[in-house]
Amino acid sequence: MANISLTVNKKQYQIDADPQMPLLWALRDIIGLKGTKFGCGMAQCGACTVHLDGEAVRSCVTLLGRAEGQEIVTIEGISDNTSHPLQKAWIELQVPQCGYCQSGQIMSAAVLLRENPHPTDQDIDEAMMGNLCRCGTYTRIRKAIHRAAEIMNG
Amino acid sequence: MLEHQMIKVAVRKSSLDRRDFLRLSGLSSLGLVLGLGWKSDGQEMIAAGADAVTVKLNPYIIIESSGTISIMNPMPDMGQGTFQSVPALIAEDLEVSLEQIKILQTGGEKEYGRQTAGGSNSIRGQYQKLRTVGAAGKEMLILAASQRWKVPVTDCYASEGIVYHKPTGRSFTYGELAEEASHLPVPQNPQLKDPKDFKILGKNYPRPDVPLKVSGKAVYGIDVELPGMVYASAAHCPVFNSKLINYDDTETMRIKGVKKLVRFQRALGAHKYDAIAVIADTYWAAYQGKLALKTNWDFGGNDSFDTEKYEQTLRDMAGNEGQVVHSDGDFENAFHSAPVQITALYELPMLSHSPMEPQNCTAQWHGKDLVEVWVSSQGADRVKSEISKNLDIPADNIKVNILFSGGGFGRRLYNDYAVEAASIARELETPVKLIWTREEDTQLGPFRPPTFSAMKAGLAADGKPLAFQHKVISPSMGSTLEDKKDTSGESSSMTEGISTQAYELPNMKNEYVFSQIHIPLAAWRSVTSSTVAFAHECFIDEMAVRAGKDPLDYRLETLLTKPSDTKRLLLKLKEVSHWEKPLPDGWGRGVAQYEFFAGLGGYVVEVSSKDRSSIHIEKVYMVIDLGTVVNPDTVALQVEGAATMALTAATKSAITFKNGQTRQTNFHNYPLVRINEMPDVEVHIIAEGGPKIRGVGEPGLPPFAPALANAIFAATGKRIRKLPFNINQV
Repeated sequence: MANISLTVNKKQYQIDADPQMPLLWALRDIIGLKGTKFGCGMAQCGACTVHLDGEAVRSCVTLLGRAEGQEIVTIEGISDNTSHPLQKAWIELQVPQCGYCQSGQIMSAAVLLRENPHPTDQDIDEAMMGNLCRCGTYTRIRKAIHRAAEIMNG
Repeated sequence: MLEHQMIKVAVRKSSLDRRDFLRLSGLSSLGLVLGLGWKSDGQEMIAAGADAVTVKLNPYIIIESSGTISIMNPMPDMGQGTFQSVPALIAEDLEVSLEQIKILQTGGEKEYGRQTAGGSNSIRGQYQKLRTVGAAGKEMLILAASQRWKVPVTDCYASEGIVYHKPTGRSFTYGELAEEASHLPVPQNPQLKDPKDFKILGKNYPRPDVPLKVSGKAVYGIDVELPGMVYASAAHCPVFNSKLINYDDTETMRIKGVKKLVRFQRALGAHKYDAIAVIADTYWAAYQGKLALKTNWDFGGNDSFDTEKYEQTLRDMAGNEGQVVHSDGDFENAFHSAPVQITALYELPMLSHSPMEPQNCTAQWHGKDLVEVWVSSQGADRVKSEISKNLDIPADNIKVNILFSGGGFGRRLYNDYAVEAASIARELETPVKLIWTREEDTQLGPFRPPTFSAMKAGLAADGKPLAFQHKVISPSMGSTLEDKKDTSGESSSMTEGISTQAYELPNMKNEYVFSQIHIPLAAWRSVTSSTVAFAHECFIDEMAVRAGKDPLDYRLETLLTKPSDTKRLLLKLKEVSHWEKPLPDGWGRGVAQYEFFAGLGGYVVEVSSKDRSSIHIEKVYMVIDLGTVVNPDTVALQVEGAATMALTAATKSAITFKNGQTRQTNFHNYPLVRINEMPDVEVHIIAEGGPKIRGVGEPGLPPFAPALANAIFAATGKRIRKLPFNINQV
């Protein structure tokens, strides 16, 4: 166990935890941010995607020790009142079904749009391939990312 | 017909003079509770304390004098949209908007009747009943207002939770009227709205759970947190029916945070499987403790089970005479004397449901007699009955809290994980959250049953069918889950729909050959239709090809000479898919439909192949026949999802066993279709009203794979008879 300091959604946390614990479980069970989901535990499904210094990472395999001192952003931190263009587009196109994977989908899409404000279908497929959806919302996700790009680009 | 019967049922069973106030936990003030319903034991009110009153009626509508309106939703939401569509049935006739109401989930209380979402039954099972509940409430509120104003009731109307006096424009909110309304008799036969006046039903009404689900605020079972809660991670044996001989927890107990171990049994149907849980103050510690645990299992010989051998057994049984499940005319004679005879064997595999949220449940005992659980489940009533049965406590001593489910697909009909959590919690002083790993979810079942289908058809020289046989060879869900040894009662669920398609097939004799298995098998989205429809609809295609006919025209002109819903569906598919438009070289299109207990749907799939081996899906058209539609956009979503799940089932991994355990463990070796593999799906809904309301969640699944395989045949000449297949190399 060690004293670890984390910056999550611009807030400082001091936690006492095993540095080998994946960031996912610290976010969920210690800090109490439950929007980031557990799906597979081996970086196969993307449900646990968060931003670590601006990059999309799978928090289920990101050790706490590696996350220390970096800017962590979770789904709860991307906007207040669901005002992020992706959230607006997701609502407009009614993307989610069960919704369990959607935090991770949105976190991956946010990095894509920041790097590429005008993605093609192929760009979207490449950026979003790491995020599984068992309910099958893929075609809507593709449309919603295009729509979010439109909203973002005014 | 169906609709008419449902009205009669609702009226006969309605509680006609119910008026009760109650205070439910979480409600700030007294108000109106009403419902029409199932008088289970004749008692209207069983307790009236200072803090709570329990009323034996169906309290679907709760109006507090503060104005808050709550609607009880009996159907858990696992992504199929019931969080919006079921309360909408009440809200429409109550004249409230969905923005005005709080939606509360029922917890398996008897007065709500069935509370299980399954069989695509939520809307069709609740439509008439809940609309009637809403309409009765509105009439009582209007009557209360007219009495207060001393004006004719016909001068009053309701809109958006307010009753208006038309001539003067005076108004009262529902909250202001609730107490008076509750003293009025419940109308026996309230007037339902004319569908042309609908504000919610039939519209693409936004779902209230969507904003929660895009902001991380939706609470799933796995997100529940209680004061003092500990975590559990459990060791189950991946070889079914193994006994835990002993274990060594030396390493486990060295892990910081691990508190203790609890031995328990996993109850699944009639089975009890040994298991042991590691309890710790974080999930991570519990999981590490489980990894460090050394367990010693007696496999009891079950470690020899092997899928390849089992499939050979099924293949060998294809020639056996089965139990006849349908017989019309003289199949043997007609088949043997037919000028053209076709036979084929289709092989469909075992699969896992694999919802994105791994199984989990949080449980807490309040003293020795009462247990409370928080769980993602498809049915609060089933959670209750399973815990009651397996822990031997009265159902009334169990409180069930249903959260959003991260997928269901049939898996969450079986609440083994809830019974587990309750069993573990009984040994603890604190609440406990049990979380399965993805590996457990993939390996422990229950699985979709594998089915093999031996098909035979005799055709006349002009291609007309003279004889037809679909023989299903498979283990059965009933035999594995409920330990029923009698195979005669199981065939109907294992031969779903094979004898009831609208096709005019003379001399049809369908059979079922039962095969024993010890692996637990269960309903998987669209149940047995998810497998037998593939054989059925691909074989119809084979018949069309032998008859030298276009597969869609063969269905329409040779097999469906009389009007039917299926014919209407296929005609619509022909139109929307531009079936007659020529395709480029290397392309092919395929069609399939299937009608079964859940409903009726059909697809046309277009594929292309540059090399007659690697397949690209170009376009997917789907038509679903519903009769009545509540939310067209939700229907489209469900079909898009069913097509995705069907594509995974057709082209990704089966669940296979070696040495008694599944080879597949997680998404790296049990992959799902990813975004780059999923084509657009164009969904068309037939909803021309009428009494028949069909299901939404499942009918999009069975016909997808046969339409795809039929398209692949059209493009490449290769007939696929075994799933899954490699779409990059057929």
